[in-house]
Amino acid sequence: MTRPAVRIRDVHKSFGSTEVLKGIELSVPKGSTTCLLGPSGSGKSTLLRCIAFLEETSSGIIEIDGDPLGFAEAGEGRRTRLSASDIRRVRAKIGMVFQQFNLWPHMTALGNVTEALVTVQGMKRSAANEIGNRQLARVGLSDRGHHYPSELSGGQQQRVAIARALALSPDILLFDEPTASLDPELTGEVLNVMRELAETGMTLVIVTHEIGFAASVGQKIAFLDHGKLLLDGPPAEIFGTPRHPRLEQFLETYLDRGAATLV
Amino acid sequence: MSLDFSIVWQQFPQILSAFWNTIWIWIVATILAILLGFVVAALRRYGPLWLNLLLRLYVEVIRGTPFLIQLFLLYFGGPFIGLSLEPIPAGLLGMTVYGSAYFSEIFRAGFAAIPPGHIEAAECVGLSRGQIVRRILVPEMTMLVLPQIVNMAIILMKETAILSIITVPELTLVVGAIGSQQYAFVEAMTMLALFYWALVELSGWLGGLAEKKLSKFRFAH
Ligand SMILES: Nc1ncnc2c1ncn2[C@@H]1O[C@H](COP(=O)(O)OP(=O)(O)O)[C@@H](O)[C@H]1O
Ligand SMILES: [Mg+2]
Repeated sequence: MTRPAVRIRDVHKSFGSTEVLKGIELSVPKGSTTCLLGPSGSGKSTLLRCIAFLEETSSGIIEIDGDPLGFAEAGEGRRTRLSASDIRRVRAKIGMVFQQFNLWPHMTALGNVTEALVTVQGMKRSAANEIGNRQLARVGLSDRGHHYPSELSGGQQQRVAIARALALSPDILLFDEPTASLDPELTGEVLNVMRELAETGMTLVIVTHEIGFAASVGQKIAFLDHGKLLLDGPPAEIFGTPRHPRLEQFLETYLDRGAATLV
Repeated sequence: MSLDFSIVWQQFPQILSAFWNTIWIWIVATILAILLGFVVAALRRYGPLWLNLLLRLYVEVIRGTPFLIQLFLLYFGGPFIGLSLEPIPAGLLGMTVYGSAYFSEIFRAGFAAIPPGHIEAAECVGLSRGQIVRRILVPEMTMLVLPQIVNMAIILMKETAILSIITVPELTLVVGAIGSQQYAFVEAMTMLALFYWALVELSGWLGGLAEKKLSKFRFAH
C-alpha cells in the first residue's frame, strides 16, 4: 500500500472554549477525489484550513504524504512544533482554492498565476510567464492573461485562482466551496475544470454542496456533522440506501440543487 | 479707488522664490508625512498593544489640536527643551508630524479594508511575511487609499500658509509683507488666493491621473 496523500489522526480544534473539530480521523488516498459534505457550521472549512495550515490544530497530527504538518508526535500523546522551514516544505505540497477566489486585484490574471514563481522561487519572468500561460490555457483562459480580476466574471476569476494554485505543481489541491459565490450559470465552467483535474489523477479534497458533482466525481465521500466525521466511504455506499438519518436530513435540504442524479 | 496688481507684481523675483519654497516644503513634508504615517499605522496594527496605545495617543493629540498651536509650541517652545530649530526645519518637522497623524488614519482604514483572504492566498503559495507586505499589502492598499492621500496632500498644501507665523519665507509671508509695505493688501491677498488655487488644481489633476491609471484594479466584488 502506498502512503495516503493526507492522513488526519485524532485532530481536535477549538476556538476559545468552543470545540469545532472533535477528533477527526480521515485518510485521503493519493490520486483520488474526496468530497467533504456537511451542514453549514459543521467544521468543513476549519478542517480544510487545518490541512492548508491556515489554522493550527489544537491536538492531533496531520501528515502530508507521510510528513507531519506543523506538529510531530513526541510520545505520550504530546507533540512538538516543527521548524518554519519544515512547515514551509510540507506546505508547498498543498494548493488551496477559496470560496471568495482571493485574487490580488492589483495584478493581472497572469500576474496572479506567476507571482509565487517569480517572488518565491526566483524564476525568470519569461519562464514564469510560460508556465503561467500554460496553466491559464488548462483552465480555458489563455486569452485572459492580461485582464485584471475586476475585468473577469466570477467563474473566470475562480478558474484563474485554480491556475494560480496549479502553477506551483502541488500534490494536493484543496477547494473550499469553490462555486458557492458564483451565479448558478457560472458554476458549470468551474466544476468542469475540477472534473478534468480529477481525471488527471491529481489528489483533490473538495468541500462542496454540489451533491450531484460529489456523487459523480468523488471516489470518497466524507460527511461531517457537528465537528465529527459521521460517515466516510465510497459514494455508492454513502448515498445508497439505507442512508444515515443525519445524511438523509442533510440531503433533503440540498436535493433541489442538482442532486437529481442521486434519486 | 481701484486695485493695482502691478505694485505687487514688481516684486516678481521675491515672489518666485517664495513660490518655490512653498512647493518644495510642501512636497518634502508630504512625502515624509506619508512615510511616517505608514510606519505609525503598520506599528499600530502589527506591533504590541502598548505601542498601539501610545501611537493612538500621538494621533489623537495631533488631530485634536490646531496646527497653528503645534507649530508655535515647536518653534517657540522647542528651545526650552533644547530643540532650537531654524524656521524652515521647524516648519518641515511640524508639517511632517501634523500630516503623519492624518495619513496614519488613512492607512489604518486601508489595512482594515484588505480582505484577510488575500493575505491567506499569498501564504498558501509560499510568500514570506516581508514579501506579503511588499507585493500584496502595500500595492493593494495604495490603490485603495490613493484618493484620500491626494485629498490630504491638497489640505497640507494650503496649510503651508500657516508656516508664515514662524517666519518661513513662503508665499503667504512674502506676498503678505509686500502687500503691507506697498499698501496693496487686497491685491496681495487676491494674488495669493489665485496662487494656492492654481497649486491645488494642479495637484488635484495629477492625483486624478494617478487614480485613472489605477482604476482597473478596483475590487471585483
Ligand atoms: N476563526 C474563528 N473563530 C471562532 N469561531 C470560528 C472561527 N472559524 C470558524 N468558527 C466556528 O466554527 C464552526 C465551524 O465553522 P466552519 O468550519 O466554517 O463550518 P463550515 O465550513 O462547515 O460551514 C462554526 O460554528 C464557526 O462559527
Ligand atoms: Mg465553510
